[in-house]
Amino acid sequence: MLDDKDRIFTNLYGYGDWGLKGAMARGAWDNTKGLIEKGKDWIIEEMKASGLRGRGGAGFPTGLKWSFMPKPDPARPSYLVVNADESEPGTCKDREIMRNDPHLLIEGCMIASFAMGAHACYIYLRGEYILEREHLQAAVDQAYAAGLIGKNNKNGWPFDLYVHHGAGAYICGEETALLESLEGKKGMPRLKPPFPANMGLYGCPTTVNNVESIAVAPTILRRGAAWFSSFGAKNNAGTKLFCVSGHVNTPCNVEEAMSLPFRELIDRHCGGIRGGWDNLLAVIPGGSSVPCVPAHEIIDAAMDFDTLRGLKSGLGTAAVIVLDKSTDIVRAITRISYFYKHESCGQCTPCREGTGWMWRVLTRMCEGRAQKREIDMLLEVSTQIEGHTICALGDAAAWPVQGLIRHFRHEIEKRIDDYAANPHSETVLPLGVAAE
Amino acid sequence: MSVRRLAEEQPASFEFTPENMVWVKAQIAKYPEGRQASAVIPLLWQAQKQNQYWLPKPAIEKVAELLDMPYIRVLEIATFYTMFNLEPVGRYFIQMCGTTPCMLRGSDEIKAVLQRRVGEQRKVSADGNFAWLEVECLGACCNAPMVQINDDYYEDLTPENFEKLLDDLAAGRPVSIGSQTGRRSSEPAGKLTTLVSLYGEDGLSGPASAKTTA
Repeated sequence: MLDDKDRIFTNLYGYGDWGLKGAMARGAWDNTKGLIEKGKDWIIEEMKASGLRGRGGAGFPTGLKWSFMPKPDPARPSYLVVNADESEPGTCKDREIMRNDPHLLIEGCMIASFAMGAHACYIYLRGEYILEREHLQAAVDQAYAAGLIGKNNKNGWPFDLYVHHGAGAYICGEETALLESLEGKKGMPRLKPPFPANMGLYGCPTTVNNVESIAVAPTILRRGAAWFSSFGAKNNAGTKLFCVSGHVNTPCNVEEAMSLPFRELIDRHCGGIRGGWDNLLAVIPGGSSVPCVPAHEIIDAAMDFDTLRGLKSGLGTAAVIVLDKSTDIVRAITRISYFYKHESCGQCTPCREGTGWMWRVLTRMCEGRAQKREIDMLLEVSTQIEGHTICALGDAAAWPVQGLIRHFRHEIEKRIDDYAANPHSETVLPLGVAAE
Repeated sequence: MSVRRLAEEQPASFEFTPENMVWVKAQIAKYPEGRQASAVIPLLWQAQKQNQYWLPKPAIEKVAELLDMPYIRVLEIATFYTMFNLEPVGRYFIQMCGTTPCMLRGSDEIKAVLQRRVGEQRKVSADGNFAWLEVECLGACCNAPMVQINDDYYEDLTPENFEKLLDDLAAGRPVSIGSQTGRRSSEPAGKLTTLVSLYGEDGLSGPASAKTTA
């Protein structure tokens, strides 16, 4: 198990002071100037060596991403944009960073901006996080007042930090939609290329990073890449915030080493599965957009990018949604389908039309009012949405449905048989009613 | 996507209060010159907040004028982003999270309470106190089920503590935001499993006891 001394988020639960004084006592802002004096090449090399993979879901190496930024050009300033539009169902880790340890994020913004030659950074919070926004803004004000950031700060890199917010659109967590939204437009993803590193915010070079990726950077640089990469399996380095929700006895956020086995994560921190391990049905290991994994495959799996990809799922944001045997799995996935229907921006036809179509078919399947051949049709349509849209929302909408059919086709067939044996016109199971 | 239209009955005009105008100017100053359109979401949000949590047409026009944007561009924003309420929502606007992580922890029961006490979605209750809406994931999944009422999150709900919360709000009694079962944030209920060396198992007895900065 990870020792407390190796944890980065030492005020994850807010028992300490989230302000500047408390943060400095916990080690934030310690010799930031010294890190900056080592130069941007050193920072980027160290980040690459640490093996940190982006914490926003895709798992792209953070150091490599920073190295893509072009040389500074006075006519086109570079920007860092922090993606704090945390809205993937199951995920609630960045919220704790912003309300309980905002200075880790602010210091990370400073260092990352320096490494990519940016003098300005915008943090884009989801609109619903109002308390978090107030804490973060207060922390930014403290950092300005203490001369840690600003035009003439004591760390020697002129740097401005602005807190911006959205207004309830999941799609703005997609990096180019986020940039559109930040420019004051509807959050509709852009075609890539050009990539944001060349044409991002206001047409200038921009890097978009997740809150957690940025917030861990100062500690990695202070303690060394070797320290960070000593946790987790090869190619899956570091510590990670896991958000465990659903049918466990004590749902919680927790920082653990990557590649920790699922069983250990749940037994150690979450009080076990509700009703015991035999009661586990399936797990959605990385936020709602990854396919579910049935109990027998996940129980002893290591929680990291590569292992979960091997199980045809993914680590995503490490939002672990646990489903026990009381769950109506078809309805649980139907509700996720509704989420994507609601959140599709409407730009690409396969997603705009397909998400609603899948939801309507699944709603019928929940009740058994379907034909068995429609299961294959649903699978076929989902593969036509996947990969045929500008952004990954189409994929994200298709994967949970594919996971359901892959592992629980028998459950859908059973519903269809049950209904066929007793067809009637009453609503069997309106979507709003629990099946438990 | 969802269908969103402006309310039929609209006030005649909208003006930001003088304090909000100062705030508006500070927001616009965050963005480079000529990029003032970036401030559109924060401005619309402040307008909505000033107008009892709903956004009337004159406010949309006002924001367009302040930011030198065509009206249609601002209307587009107001209808695209679902946090903008285009109709009156009562004194307390309850957004109930119904996405899968909350559903697994019993948001159906919370929904049943709302249906019984407040009625249909999007309809203001007869006493003008409440309106409710099922929304998508609000990002507090470790504290499910939960609702957001106006600005604040109320977490770890049960039908009992949620009914009490609604009673207290209706009667104007003080309520505590966050967890309704006494959790501080998203730590495991009961005792801590990590950071014990810093805060103790209960979070409070360790060397650095709980403090918050004002």
